[in-house]
Parts: sequence; C-alpha cells; structure tokens
Amino acid sequence: MSDTQLLKVDNLSKSFGGVRALHHVSFDLKPGELLGVIGPNGSGKTTLVNLITRFVKPTSGTVWFKGKKISHLPPYKIVRLGVARTFQMVKPFYNLPAFKNMIISLYSPRMKQLAGGRYGDRDAVALDLLEEVGFERDAHVAYKLAGALPQGYLKRLELAKAIALEPDLFILDELFSGLSLAEVASIVPIIEKMRIAGKAIIMIEHRLKELFRIADRVIVMNYGEKIADGTSKDVMESEAVKSAYLGTEAD
Amino acid sequence: MKKRKERIDRGIKVRSTDIFALSSWREMIYLALPRLLPIVGCLMLPIVLGVYWQKVLLSVAVFALLAISWDILAQTGMVSLGQALFFGVGAYCAGVLNHYWGVSPFITIPVAAIAGGLICTLFLLPVLRLRGIYFSMVTLIIPIMLVRIIEATKIFGGTEGLSGMTPLPSKWVEIYLIMGVLLTVLFCFRRMLDSDYGLVLKGISDNDRSVINAGINIYWFKVQSLFIAGSIGAFSGAFMTHVYMFVGMPVFVLDYSILPIAAAVVGGPGTLAGATLGAFLLVPMSEALRGFGGLRIVLYGVFLVVFIVALPEGIFHYIQRKYHQFERWVEVEK
Ligand SMILES: Nc1ncnc2c1ncn2[C@@H]1O[C@H](COP(=O)(O)OP(=O)(O)OP(=O)(O)O)[C@@H](O)[C@H]1O
Ligand SMILES: [Mg+2]
Repeated sequence: MSDTQLLKVDNLSKSFGGVRALHHVSFDLKPGELLGVIGPNGSGKTTLVNLITRFVKPTSGTVWFKGKKISHLPPYKIVRLGVARTFQMVKPFYNLPAFKNMIISLYSPRMKQLAGGRYGDRDAVALDLLEEVGFERDAHVAYKLAGALPQGYLKRLELAKAIALEPDLFILDELFSGLSLAEVASIVPIIEKMRIAGKAIIMIEHRLKELFRIADRVIVMNYGEKIADGTSKDVMESEAVKSAYLGTEAD
Repeated sequence: MKKRKERIDRGIKVRSTDIFALSSWREMIYLALPRLLPIVGCLMLPIVLGVYWQKVLLSVAVFALLAISWDILAQTGMVSLGQALFFGVGAYCAGVLNHYWGVSPFITIPVAAIAGGLICTLFLLPVLRLRGIYFSMVTLIIPIMLVRIIEATKIFGGTEGLSGMTPLPSKWVEIYLIMGVLLTVLFCFRRMLDSDYGLVLKGISDNDRSVINAGINIYWFKVQSLFIAGSIGAFSGAFMTHVYMFVGMPVFVLDYSILPIAAAVVGGPGTLAGATLGAFLLVPMSEALRGFGGLRIVLYGVFLVVFIVALPEGIFHYIQRKYHQFERWVEVEK
C-alpha cells in the first residue's frame, strides 16, 4: 500500500450464520479525508465499523492502518495505534458522573504513548474536553450522572471520549441520529475543528443533508455490498443509489 | 396529593467536603468518625471479649477478608462462587511449607498469600474470557475438583490432611495480626477502588466494550484484580492453617464460598466496608443461633431474606445515606 493512504480496507467480508452482513468491501482513506458511509438500515455499516476496529472478527479480508496490517490485532491494540470509534448505541457508564466517564479514556495507555501526552489532573482534563464538545461549564452538566443526561449529551460524551484518545482516525457511527437539528448544528463545528487538526474521519450517517455538506467522499452500502463510491454529488446522482436508498428514505 | 421523598445532603457534609473541614471540632469529628469507629472497634474488641468470642472474632475477620476479596472481583465483573478456592489454596500453601520444610508462620503466611494469589490466577486464567454465569460455574467447580484430586492421589496427606503446624506465638499475636491485616486491606483497597485505577476496574463490570474502546486491555486488568482477590483469600486460608494447626480437605467446603457472598450482599456490595460489616453481623449471628440445633439454618435463612428484602441496597449504603443526608417529604406538582 502506498504512503498516501491512512487506511486500506481490502475485500472485507462477514457472515453471521447465514446472514451476509458484509460482502467483499474494499476502500481506502487518505490522511485528513472525511469519508461518509450511507446505506439503508441493516446494510452492514455498523458491521463495517466493528470489523475495522476488530470488535467483530472478519470472516475474510484484511485491514491496513498506517501501512500496518491490523485485522489480526485485538481491538484495544487498534485503539492504541490511533483509531477511535463511537458507538451507535451510546455506551456510557450510567452510574458515574459525565466527567468521571472520561477518566477511563484518559487512563488509556495511548495517553502515555503520545509525546507530550496529557498528564496531570485527569478530572481537570476531562472537564476541559467536555466543555469542548458543548457541556456548558456554568450549568455544571459535566457533574450530572450519565444516566440522567439526555441523548444529545450522551452522544457528545461519546465524541469527547474519542477525542480524548487523540486518534488519527475517528469512526463515528451515527453520531447525529436521535439529535435535533439544532444539536446537529452545534456538533458540526466540532467535527470541522477535528478536520482542521488533520484528523481523518469516517462518518456513518442517515442524515444525508448534513453529511453531504461536509464529506469529501461518500460510499454507499446496500445488502452488505458497496454499491457506490465518489463525491457527494456523484453519489447523489447515481441511479443505483437512488433506487437502493434515497427512494426508501423520506429524508 | 402525591408526595415524594427528597434527599438532601446535610449541611455538615457539604461543609466538610471543602476547606472548612478543619474549622470546627464538630466537623472534624464528623469526618473522622467513620474511620475511627472501625479502627477503635477492631482494636478494642479482642480485649473486651471472652475466650470463646475471641475465636468467633477470628472467624469474623477471616470471612470479612473473603467477602472483601469477593467484592473486589465482583467490582471487576467477575462473580465468584468459589472463594473456597482462594482460601483452600492459601491454606495448603502455608501448610505444605510448614509441614515439609518447617518454615516459620511469619514467612509461610505472606508467601502463601502471594503464591496462593498467583496459583488461583493461573487456575482461572483460561476462563477469564468467559462472562457472567460461565465464569461463576468454573469457580464453583475448581475447589470441588481439587478436593477429589487430593483424595484420589493422596498428596498433601490425602484425606487425613497435614497436622502439627507451628502455631502463632500467642493468641494476642493471632488476633491482632488478623485485625491489623483486615483494617489495612479494608482501607487500602477502598482507596484503590476510589482511584482512577478502580474506576477502570468498575468500568469493566459496567460496560467492558467501552473500556476496550479506550485502548485498555481488560484481560490484563482482570488478571490484576484476580491476583489481588486471590491473595487476600489465600492470606486468610494460610492464617487459619496456623490457627487450627491443621490443613485438610475441609478448607475447600462450600461455606467459605457462600458465606462471603451473603456477607457482601447483606452489607452492601461495592464498598468493601459493606462486605466487612456483613461479616461482622452474619458470623456472630450464626454462632448465636447454635442453640437452636437443626433449626439454625432455617432461622439463619430467614434473617438473610429479611435483610435482603428490607434493605436491598445493603446495610452499609443505608447507614452511609443516613449519615450524609436527611430526608423530607415534598409535594409533587402535577
Ligand atoms: N451480532 C450479530 N449477529 C447476527 N446478525 C448480525 C449481527 N450484527 C449484525 N447482524 C446483521 O447484519 C446485518 C447488518 O447489520 P448492521 O448493524 O451492520 O447494519 P447497519 O447498516 O449498521 O444498520 P443501521 O442503519 O440500522 O444501523 C443486519 O442484517 C443484521 O441483522
Ligand atoms: Mg448501524
């Protein structure tokens, strides 16, 4: 693989029993690129994320990251190399305050690997990071139990946990779903900031309008296969996509 | 009119969490009392108790340690049904060292604690990836298997066990050794669970995928937790070997597995203090019920059920709440 690629996914497949969740999917990603992934429900988007991060073992296929094969590594090692993901179904520690949720990410061995990693008071760093993603400091939202927070804040918490790891690649699985337009609008600048910092991002989204506006490139999934790959404009005009996806969604 | 109970932190709690803590005697006592009470209690009890209840106190401390060990594992998402494994392995380690090589109890006990912790960790290493009930089943089965192995191969004295162990120098050394260790273990590991490290352990039981997603190798943390819990359990076994001056197959009986769980649940899991409190309640109660003969277990069971139904959060959590907060009824607006 060439130096210009950050991530290379080659012929990745996964079957659950008889269900073909993902079928020979290949693509690459350049550093700093924002790749959108769209597709109808059950088309294999989350499975794709799970395979790249190795939370699920691929049936076949390979993944390279920064020129290194990662598809045989355990998930925690992939995170340490610089891939951070958020979960579609948020996974906070419900009986801890929001800022304490951050501590575990800040405890990550990745922190120690990074040159000039964030040391010192983890509580303070956690509060700073949460403020960055929109936990208003004056309102003391960060001190509330995660279990008492509305969905919008839980999604931001997921994002803050990923940012804490200072990854080179973010994989955001439906970060916007379940959020109001205003909430989405407030998160978009955070993502733009990540891009300015040179981070590559893979965004799984159902919110096409918002995604097409910020994505460099979009791939379209249907029944576990990649059916289109191109700029937002190309993809929107592609016939295969219209019939597979846009026709079925009233978005 | 619907009413709802509202809980509010006592003023003294709020004040004593910040700088004003040292501004008045009342607040200093408020802060120190929860720590002083158990320390003074544990150090005074041996003096005021008679010979019989001193023996019971030893048993209390041993079960408290086993309950703390269970609680640490449970906090890391591993529900053990086999505390007897830790206890028994520690007991045999000390017994073998003392019986075959005549090593002094002051060396066998610490060595057995560390070696016992390692051996238990190795036993459970292959099943660390099992979740929930599958892990629990294995912890239940291993001590039963070990008993059969000792019986069949006749190693370590077989069914007879090993006797004639060196006792500790005096009953005062015995009792203050175990009390000292209990207090140290209780305060140190409570502190550990409150630290960021402890947060990671608790995170594993809450939501292991989220912890993995921080680049943390949860199996390595589980190994550490297992070793800590194993060592605490093995210590109590090694200690009892020298108290009874004997080690044999009874060290693997189910009592050592079940009672610690009951103590932790009744006392309130997750705090270690609850587990200790539970042992201080259940073990003497079980002794006091001896007069009832065959009905003892029934009464004991009834008490357990009453506790669990009346205070499902555990006694310690209840006391802690009452200490720090007051309650009042407020009307709920429709
Ligand atoms: N653990 C699993 N076991 C069995 N089948 C699974 C599993 N995970 C996913 N699948 C199946 O794989 C297919 C793809 O699912 P996936 O979750 O990847 O879809 P998705 O594109 O993320 O959908 P959504 O938009 O609803 O999030 C579905 O048919 C799903 O039922
Ligand atoms: Mg999905």
